[in-house]
Amino acid sequence: MNTRQSAGTAEATRTTYREALREGLREALRQDDRVFLMGEDVGRYGGCFGVSLGLLEEFGPDRIRDTPLSESAFVGAGIGAALGGMRPVVEIMTVNFSLLALDQIMNNAATLLHMSGGQLNVPIVIRMTTGAGRQLAAQHSHSLEGWYAHIPGIRVLTPATLDDARHMLAAALADPDPVLLFEHGSLYNAEGVLDGTIDAVGLDSASVRRPGTDVSVITYGGSLPKALAAAETLAEDGISAEVVDLRSLRPLDDATVLESVARTHRAVIVDEGWRSGSISAEVMARITEQSFYELDAPLRRVCSQEVPMPYARQLEEAALPQPASIVAAARKAVA
Amino acid sequence: MSTTTKRASGPKRAGGSRRPSGPPADEPRPGRDHRLEVLRQMLLIRRFEERCVELYSAAEIRGFVHLYIGEEAVAVGVGQALREEDAVVSTYREHGHALARGVPSDAVMAEMFGKVTGCSRGRGGSMHLFDAERRFYGGNAIVAGGLPLAAGLALADRMRGTERVTCCFFGDGAYAEGEFHETANLAALWQLPLLLVCENNLYAMGTSLAREHAQTNLAMRAASYGMPAWTVDGMDVTAVEAVARRAADSVRSGGGPHFLEARTYRFRAHSMYDPDRYRSKDEIARWKARDPLVELEQRMRAEGILDDPATKRLEEDVTSEIDAAVRSAGAAPYEPVADLLRFVTSTTGSTR
Repeated sequence: MNTRQSAGTAEATRTTYREALREGLREALRQDDRVFLMGEDVGRYGGCFGVSLGLLEEFGPDRIRDTPLSESAFVGAGIGAALGGMRPVVEIMTVNFSLLALDQIMNNAATLLHMSGGQLNVPIVIRMTTGAGRQLAAQHSHSLEGWYAHIPGIRVLTPATLDDARHMLAAALADPDPVLLFEHGSLYNAEGVLDGTIDAVGLDSASVRRPGTDVSVITYGGSLPKALAAAETLAEDGISAEVVDLRSLRPLDDATVLESVARTHRAVIVDEGWRSGSISAEVMARITEQSFYELDAPLRRVCSQEVPMPYARQLEEAALPQPASIVAAARKAVA
Repeated sequence: MSTTTKRASGPKRAGGSRRPSGPPADEPRPGRDHRLEVLRQMLLIRRFEERCVELYSAAEIRGFVHLYIGEEAVAVGVGQALREEDAVVSTYREHGHALARGVPSDAVMAEMFGKVTGCSRGRGGSMHLFDAERRFYGGNAIVAGGLPLAAGLALADRMRGTERVTCCFFGDGAYAEGEFHETANLAALWQLPLLLVCENNLYAMGTSLAREHAQTNLAMRAASYGMPAWTVDGMDVTAVEAVARRAADSVRSGGGPHFLEARTYRFRAHSMYDPDRYRSKDEIARWKARDPLVELEQRMRAEGILDDPATKRLEEDVTSEIDAAVRSAGAAPYEPVADLLRFVTSTTGSTR
């Protein structure tokens, strides 16, 4: 499925977000015997969203481990295995299901290092699907990564590009502390060219995905393609939008955000989470705390409507941030 | 299911056994020294906690403190079946488990005082004792929250091909939680080297066993997951040790998870805040008549391996250890407030 293209650099590879994730997993499994993948249907089924397809055949059932439907037990077992010297990658089908394991994530993974006075590291990576856009209704579609970003002691990553999908896992596994990796469901089929010159990514920095001068559009995960589409539209109107991809919701890279705001003096935050108590609110608070006098206009944001995600397409689309709503918010910001 | 009430009060073996590897693993080690050590550990836990009550009244110790008094035979009996390389996962009523595991009493006491010399640097307190070196993994105050973690430690051992056992203590309250049932299924499905020890003290805080379980035969239900499950008299340390050895040896040799229900009773209230309105005085008195320390002492006296001078020496030994623990805890420094954010992540100064 990986089509090597002669265009561009020799290393550039045409791939999808899903395949990039799989390659990241494959590389981690090859490089470190302690790494194993477990979760519901990661083996024979090939992963609920096909991310781990083929890995069972390559690495066997001990390392590509199908679990019973018991999120709390297998996430907790991942934490215990991490304490026991392994490097588990645990897959949870969706963020909504992760609530069944919230006790283990919050009360054990995030807490053990501190509660034990620095004795116990929990080097676990927990991957899960997040987000809407596929008509999966109110129990498979929410964006709760902002909740997780509230918790000290864990790292919260939101790969939005092929390069991040390909390389974030390796960096996450190198972290001695728990890492949550949120894969937006609408991105799995995203196609593009993997930059063959990149063989590692950092986790601490946000990234400017499109430079601009008039307004900063600050976003992450599944909203990044929407923000980039909005920036295209705005450019046609002569508005130069700078798109910042947060990449990590905890820790938040304030510096990159503030530098962008210092250039544009206006900002729109795009977050698929609900508005109240959201990560967008946190970003806005940090800008106002630290860069209030840089601002030429009130901060604006585009979030999901405060409603459980509906099934019907037109309702779901109306509930989510869309390029048009981002464009509208940016226009108001620069007006 | 088989119910084990094996009492090894019988065969007295000659002291100073010539067998270098000791007696068969399914029998408690006989002999005066071993019995004295068991008694000493139980006495240490008892006196340590009695001192904690005094120190709580004196406001040296704060927060929640859950006493293990009455249940000592379980921690100490099971502890005899575990090796240095094994792991223990415990609950918030874990002073006894920690001390039986060999966590130094001064480190436990300093933790109760909230001092930097405490076994969790004062960040855990009574409910969160940890000792990585002794593979003592807490100290979990979410009822049943330690069970999945214990399964994971066992999974790591299994994947790495070691012969280690992970022992997880929990109560009858945890047995009602989903995490127990998820873990029991997972452990049996994957044949994990896990020893599940349910301390059935008949009350989940204030709710009696019969008021929280439709079927109160806990071992029978555990057996339905496909693992050996035995019930033992948790007030009889010799019986607990015997069955724990049998179970741990079987787990160690690849027999998959085993479940032990130790029937026991806490003599004190649930915590220092509990007025204990839900248990009758008669019931408490009946169980106190089965004090595991008294029973062991009486048996040892009957066997001629304990007398008044030996008891006195033990008491003095334990008292001086606790005195020293209290003194050093009192004298130890607190962690500077400047270090508040240490250990949130491994990278010092991280904003996470």
